[in-house]
Amino acid sequence: MRDEATFTVKSGLAEMLKGGVIMDVVTPEQAKIAEDAGACAVMALERVPADIRRDGGVARMSDPEMISGIQETVTIPVMAKARIGHFVEAQVLEALEVDYIDESEVLTPADERNHIDKWPFKVPFVCGATNLGEALRRIGEGAAMIRSKGEAGTGDIVEAVRHMRQITGEIKRLGTLNEAELPSAVKEIAAPLDLARSVAAEGKLPVVLFCAGGIATPADAALMMALGAEGVFVGSGIFKSDDPPARAKAIVEATTHWRDPERVAAASRGLGSAMVSLESSKLAGEQLLAQRGW
Amino acid sequence: MTEPLIGVLALQGDFEAHGRVLRRLGTHVREVRTPEDLDGLDGLVIPGGESTTMTLGVLREGLGEPIRELTAAGVPVLGSCAGLIMLDREHLAVMDILARRNAFGRQVRSFEADVAMEGIDGAPVRGVFIRAPLIAEHGAGVEVLAEIDGHPVAARQGATIAVAFHTELGTDDRVHGLLLDEVRAARARR
Repeated sequence: MRDEATFTVKSGLAEMLKGGVIMDVVTPEQAKIAEDAGACAVMALERVPADIRRDGGVARMSDPEMISGIQETVTIPVMAKARIGHFVEAQVLEALEVDYIDESEVLTPADERNHIDKWPFKVPFVCGATNLGEALRRIGEGAAMIRSKGEAGTGDIVEAVRHMRQITGEIKRLGTLNEAELPSAVKEIAAPLDLARSVAAEGKLPVVLFCAGGIATPADAALMMALGAEGVFVGSGIFKSDDPPARAKAIVEATTHWRDPERVAAASRGLGSAMVSLESSKLAGEQLLAQRGW
Repeated sequence: MTEPLIGVLALQGDFEAHGRVLRRLGTHVREVRTPEDLDGLDGLVIPGGESTTMTLGVLREGLGEPIRELTAAGVPVLGSCAGLIMLDREHLAVMDILARRNAFGRQVRSFEADVAMEGIDGAPVRGVFIRAPLIAEHGAGVEVLAEIDGHPVAARQGATIAVAFHTELGTDDRVHGLLLDEVRAARARR
């Protein structure tokens, strides 16, 4: 018997991406550079987060023409972003047969109360989270992969670190609780009890956990792997830097060899300037993308 | 005899899942990222992942020739999904097969299916096919172990086994058991 779109099949693709780097690209040419540098997937979008920040306005799903162009150019998986709650954008991306949909806070939210019901889709979803409760609510809605949000388009790693430490810290704490203590703990973090129970027993999320938002250097990528990320999303960090092909290769190498400082050092040499960055702590509240999502 | 030491290529992909299966079967496991990591292995697993990423990693680390030497010396290898692609004529050229990448289509066409596999008794294996390849061509020295829609999806050549699907995400360890049978036979010959 053959079954398509089971949760094993959806979350399984994320398992195959582990230890890899997923790169934001806005043209087929950039997608080719990313593939040739060793990216395990690309995220097709119209503007990288740094430009979305600079230009302002409503950020939406990308032009299908552009997504198809990227799909025809590379053989690695192609992901694309839909606005939070915009299930029709997600249906369009499914019709285009993208390999993963990112219901992303980087785009302007379409629904201020509800996320997309992800269960009916054949395409798997990845969603951002700043803490364990948010991660488990997304998984409860059908997400098959989670990424810590960080603060996209800043080149500042501090929020990515905060969110990864928050998620892994809360996972450890759940593991110390007994069956009588779990219900009140899940009330505090607003998480589904059955998923919290599985996290407490396994000591990890039931899906793959990547990191995102602020990774600009090979050392940033290695840091996030050391903090518990199973792989890395790099947005503006590559194509807003001096030498994208070299930086892309270096981040791939550092993600594989994160335990070996000599290899991270070797990968970090001679890359030119990193992206122009913004200190997240100096951003005003409404400029913080990570707080989008409910 | 001590428990065998099995390497898992850990450049990118689901190498940890393969490590878990191998530990359940009682072997020692070593993650392989550089040629030195291949020293003293009794067997090797090339996991699922992105074959393009893995190919670039193998080039960067200079792992191609050492892996070919290892298999030429009779060390058994199991390749799964991207691992099957890595073993074909156009990649590591360890097996006389030609893989067709993403043969079933994009992720929306990924599926699970029961696979009746030569050498595995009892119930069929539940294979998880994720953007999976199939074996488009194979030489006379290659034994086909399983087919889907009339296309080979598992094969053996000597002590090298390739499967287009995953079983390591679940709890059926029989495909890895085939590798360990080869490992035991190879050690008995030494």
